[in-house]
Amino acid sequence: MRHPYRLLIVVLALLGVCAAQEEVTLNALFMQQAAYSNDDIRNMTAEFEEQHPGVTVNLEFVSYEALHNKIVTAAAAGRGGYDIVLFDVIWPAEFAEYGILVDLTERISQETVDAVVPGAWTTVMSEGRYYGMPWILDTEYLFYNRAMLAEAGYDAPPATWSELLEQARTLKENGTVAYPIVWSWAQAEAMVCDYTTLLSAYDGAFFEDGEAAFQVDGGLRALQFMTSSLEEGLSNPASTESLEEDVRRIFSSGEAAFALNWTYMYNLANDPAESQVAGQVGVAPAPGIEGVSELSAMNGSMGLGVTTNSEHPDLSFAYVEYLTSRPVQERYARLSLPIWEASYDEPAVVEGQEDLVNAAKQALGAMYPRPLMVQYPEFSTILQSNVHSALLGRATPAEALQETALQVRQRDLR
Amino acid sequence: MTRANRLTAWLLLAPALTIVGGVVGYPFLRTLYLSFFDAHLLGGIRGWTGPANYVQAFTSRDFLAAIGHTLYFAVGSVGIEVVLGVLVALFLNRSFYGRRVLRALLILPLALPTIVNGIMWRWIYNPEYGALNAFLTQTGVLREYRSWLGQPDVAMNMIIVADVWKNFPLVTLLVLAALQTVPTDLHDAARVDGANAWQRFWTITLPGIRPALLVALVLRSVEALKVFDIIYVMTRGGPASSTKTMSYLVYEQAFSFLQIGEAAAYAFVTVAIIMVFVAVYIRLVRSQGVAG
Repeated sequence: MRHPYRLLIVVLALLGVCAAQEEVTLNALFMQQAAYSNDDIRNMTAEFEEQHPGVTVNLEFVSYEALHNKIVTAAAAGRGGYDIVLFDVIWPAEFAEYGILVDLTERISQETVDAVVPGAWTTVMSEGRYYGMPWILDTEYLFYNRAMLAEAGYDAPPATWSELLEQARTLKENGTVAYPIVWSWAQAEAMVCDYTTLLSAYDGAFFEDGEAAFQVDGGLRALQFMTSSLEEGLSNPASTESLEEDVRRIFSSGEAAFALNWTYMYNLANDPAESQVAGQVGVAPAPGIEGVSELSAMNGSMGLGVTTNSEHPDLSFAYVEYLTSRPVQERYARLSLPIWEASYDEPAVVEGQEDLVNAAKQALGAMYPRPLMVQYPEFSTILQSNVHSALLGRATPAEALQETALQVRQRDLR
Repeated sequence: MTRANRLTAWLLLAPALTIVGGVVGYPFLRTLYLSFFDAHLLGGIRGWTGPANYVQAFTSRDFLAAIGHTLYFAVGSVGIEVVLGVLVALFLNRSFYGRRVLRALLILPLALPTIVNGIMWRWIYNPEYGALNAFLTQTGVLREYRSWLGQPDVAMNMIIVADVWKNFPLVTLLVLAALQTVPTDLHDAARVDGANAWQRFWTITLPGIRPALLVALVLRSVEALKVFDIIYVMTRGGPASSTKTMSYLVYEQAFSFLQIGEAAAYAFVTVAIIMVFVAVYIRLVRSQGVAG
């Protein structure tokens, strides 16, 4: 026989075909808030299953607050957990350190890398390697009630945070709304996102040369802004126990003129079935600080990754590729905007949400990162506890942030 | 007992012992072991640290505060549950129209999962559209809406209310059963002797329900001292960490920070504190047994 391996190759190929047609079940973990709806994800998954006969994807939705702990406990438990997980921009360093996610660097083509909005890749990166595909490209935008602003004679949203406070003061004095601004300031990551937005506006920094830097300059002024807006009665006191969904409900019931929230709120607040202020909702990049910044934005994006525990990494990656593909993202662009740069000029994406796409074009390039560190969850917990103390008047902003810096040093977090 | 009998006894016990050993014994010993190591949920065991994790527990301001929060919750919720439970039991022990319906209704909160109870009360307390604010402003008690779970001094009290609502019926049911055994002729005799209601309760009813009350106290205290689920659902430890309990910190250390060595030490301190309470109760039960 001239090719002794030919038969073997044929047999292997046949086995491969058979294997491909075997029933395969993938388990995927998602969150159920503040981006694509559960229905969107179910529909995308059904399309994927149709294209891959024999493949079933089990979907599990948990609250954002439970997502990290679900992923790490499943990883610690070994095989049989999730194949695909949705992860937040703040976790790749930790997940890379402990080998939770498959390094996908070799699987992602240069063409793909170039076609995605530049800032998006930091969402899935650790030390130059890609641990997933960015999927939910998001930052916090300023939402405003156009009718309320028009009533007070303002025809444009505020361009700076001090202008925002001024407009809020007028609205409060006119009696248009009792508390003009609402935030997600419950003791949770959502509060850190709002704080990061303001820190970026004030040109602050979390760390400089490995040392805490948030307790001075921009970081301090950001927290002072937060506490003083509460003291003045411009921010809704309910903010200190609100998450993103609470912010959406308060804004959608017409009890706020301004709100900071993610992309998903735009179309929901403009939907008459979900909102009493439908049609009055405007969106703009979060404002800047006069002489310091034009606008403010923070990276609140999330990525999809394949776990190292998965027994079907190829198929899992195919699923990730499908969900993050341009056609799928463009078809489901109402609650989350695509990662693909060209999508932002695509009529199907832009139509009906021109303001949102405009705001995104400005803000996505300026997304400020939260610190990239292995022990981020611990850092964030310390920061949350102290920032919340300041918001509730139990400590001054300076005391709260100095205490945070002290604890960060004691726990040797950097 | 003969040798053969003894062997049969052990053989019959073996399955149960294996299961208890597997699901209680092993995790217990493993946790104890981990508490003396620098152990990481994903990074593995990094080295022996001796009592360092326990030292860390007792020098950590967060954990000491959590002990305080837990004791406050336990004393508050169990205290109110016992008083309220007994009062309602005394009331339901009288015969009146509709008593059966009321007794049946008592089971309802008990049957509710804690998670559902927590979510329900979170809605009731919601500052913007919660029923509590609506009720208090419409009846004129409050002038404007206020925050219930957002204020550090108030939040834990509101969680206690939610916990009491769900758990006082347990005390009521246990005490109600005990009340049936208190002979009515003792009350009649006392009445003839001119004893007032308080004296009759103190000298006749209370001794009769004391065993049941102690059982309720032990059950509820152990549950309250390891409270986690209702906190996780209602406040996640906020506002300003004022509702973080010992079990919440164990969870946070283990699954958010992945430091399972420290988490194990925190867990054992929690167990030790519960043991102190249980020991006191057992002494009470014993002394009462001698008296009885």
